[in-house]
Amino acid sequence: MWRVGTVVALHDETATARTITLKVSDWTGHLAGQHVDVRLTASDGYSAVRSYSIASAPNSETRIELTVERLRDGEVSPYLTQELAVGDRLELRGPIGGWFVWRTQQTEPIQLVAGGSGIVPLMAMIRSRVSACSAASFRLLYSVREPGAVLYRDELEALSDHDHSVSVTYAYTRVAPKDWPRPPGRIDAALIANTTWPSNLAPTCYVCGPTSFVETATGLLNASGNSSDKIRTERFGSTGDRQ
Amino acid sequence: MSSHTYDYLDGNAAAGELSKIFAMDVTAAKGQCAHCGATKRFAEAHLYMLGPGVVARCAVCEHVLLRLVNVRQRVFLDVRGMTYLSLDAAQLEASSDLDA
Amino acid sequence: MGIISRGFSGRHGATDLKLPPGQHLTTDFPVLSAGPTPHVSLDRWEFRIDDGTDVLRRWDWKSFRELPTENITIDLHCVTRWSKLGTSWEGVSLDTMLADVKTDASYALVRSYGDYTTNLPLNDLMNKQAWIAFQFDGKDLAPEHGGPARFLVPHLYLWKSAKWVRGITLMHHDRPGFWESLGYHNCGDPWREQRYSGDE
Repeated sequence: MWRVGTVVALHDETATARTITLKVSDWTGHLAGQHVDVRLTASDGYSAVRSYSIASAPNSETRIELTVERLRDGEVSPYLTQELAVGDRLELRGPIGGWFVWRTQQTEPIQLVAGGSGIVPLMAMIRSRVSACSAASFRLLYSVREPGAVLYRDELEALSDHDHSVSVTYAYTRVAPKDWPRPPGRIDAALIANTTWPSNLAPTCYVCGPTSFVETATGLLNASGNSSDKIRTERFGSTGDRQ
Repeated sequence: MSSHTYDYLDGNAAAGELSKIFAMDVTAAKGQCAHCGATKRFAEAHLYMLGPGVVARCAVCEHVLLRLVNVRQRVFLDVRGMTYLSLDAAQLEASSDLDA
Repeated sequence: MGIISRGFSGRHGATDLKLPPGQHLTTDFPVLSAGPTPHVSLDRWEFRIDDGTDVLRRWDWKSFRELPTENITIDLHCVTRWSKLGTSWEGVSLDTMLADVKTDASYALVRSYGDYTTNLPLNDLMNKQAWIAFQFDGKDLAPEHGGPARFLVPHLYLWKSAKWVRGITLMHHDRPGFWESLGYHNCGDPWREQRYSGDE
C-alpha cells in the first residue's frame, strides 16, 4: 500500500510554497486532480500522514510533483518545505480519488475555482489539458491573498496570454497590485457573473481550497445556475489563520 | 444543525484510509444517509479526521455516515449511517490516464 | 513501521517528565473532534442527570453557576498520544452534582450536545475524580475546547472528558459510548495504556 518516492528536485514557488519532484519507481500513472497521502515517521516511531495533491500532469514517466504550502502551525509542511533534501525518501499512498478528477476525454467547458493552495490539483488539470492537446475550454478563477502568494504565475501567464488556452482571472483578497481594477476582497456574485462560464453552457466546475472558501464558492456557483451535480469540490484544511 | 465552523474536510481526505477496505474508489460512490435520506457522492461528506478515528457525516443533516478506527493491526468500520453505498463497477479502481 | 524520515520529529519534544506509556508532551492544545462544534446559547443550556426514564436533577446555566466551584490543575492525556500537563480549570465537582442523587446504578453514560457519548463506571465519576468545567486558564471555555461546559475526568484518556456536555444517564448495565463501541477501550486508563478494546 505504501510506496517510496525519492526526492530528485526541489523548487521554491513562493516564499512559503515549494514543489517537490519525486521519483517513484513503481508508479503506474494518475489522473489530474488526484492526490497522495504522505507519511513521515520519526525515529521514535511517531508518524504523521497528510494529503497533498499531485501538481504534475499525467504522463508516462515515474516522476510526480507535489506543491506544498507551509502552514504556520503545521507539523508536516514545515518539514517538507524546509528540511527535506534531494535524495531523501518519502512514503506515499496513492494515487487517490476518482471524483475530483479531469479526464482528457471530457470535452465540455471547464470552470476551475481555486482558493489559495487549492490551485495545485487544478494546475494538474490545466497541465493535463495542455499535454493532451485537448480542445476543451478552460477558465480559472484564482482567489489568493496577495500577488506574492500566486503559484505558477509564469506558466499561467504564458497559457493565458500567448496560448489563450486557459483564461485566468485573479481575485486578490487582502492586497492587490497597484492600479488593480478590483479592490481587494473575497470572491462574490459579481465576479462569478463576470468571469466564469455561464451556467447555461453546462460547464463542469472544480472548486478547491480551504473549506470555508469551497463552501462560499460553491454557494455562489449554485446561485448563478450551476447545478450541484456539475460542481466537484475538494476541501483542504484551514490555512491556520483564524478570521 | 449545520456547522458554523468550517472545521471539516471532505470525503476526498478519507479516501486513502478507506482504500484499506474498499478496492474501488469511494469518493465517486453515491451514498444515502440513513437518517435524512439525502443521496450524495461520498466526496461531499463532511470529514472529521484529527481525532481518535475517521468520522464521515452527512453534509445535509450532520448525522454520522461512517466511522473508521485503526486499532493496531485491525481496522474497525461502522457504516450503519448509510442505507447504501453504490459504486460504478466499470471503474474498478482509479485508473491512470496515459495518453499524454 | 514505515521508513524513518530523516530529520523529522513532529510537534512533540523529548521530556524528562513522567508521562503515561506511549505519550508525547505537547505545549499547544490540539482541537480534535468527531463532529461539528455545537453552538448552545446559555439561555438554552441545560444539564440533566437521569436514569433513562426519569430526570433526577436538572440545572439551567444560572442554577449551575450558583453551585460551589473548584479550581483544579490537571494533566490531559489524549489517546492520539499527546499529553498536556498542568492545565488549569474551574468547574463543579460531580460529587457536588450527585450529592442528592439516590441511585443504585453502577454505570454512567455522559452525553454531549451533538451525538457524542462516553461511558464509565459511576465510581470513576465520584471522589474528586470528575468535574463539569466551564473555565480554562482563567477564561470562559471556548466552544472549540468544549464550551460552554465540558466533562473532565483526568485519570482516564481525554476522549472520556466529553466536550459540550449536556447530561449523564445512570445505568444498571454498561453501554459503550461513541468510541468505546468502535474499538476503543471501555475503561481507558492511560497509565495501564488501555487504549483499545482487548488491551489489558
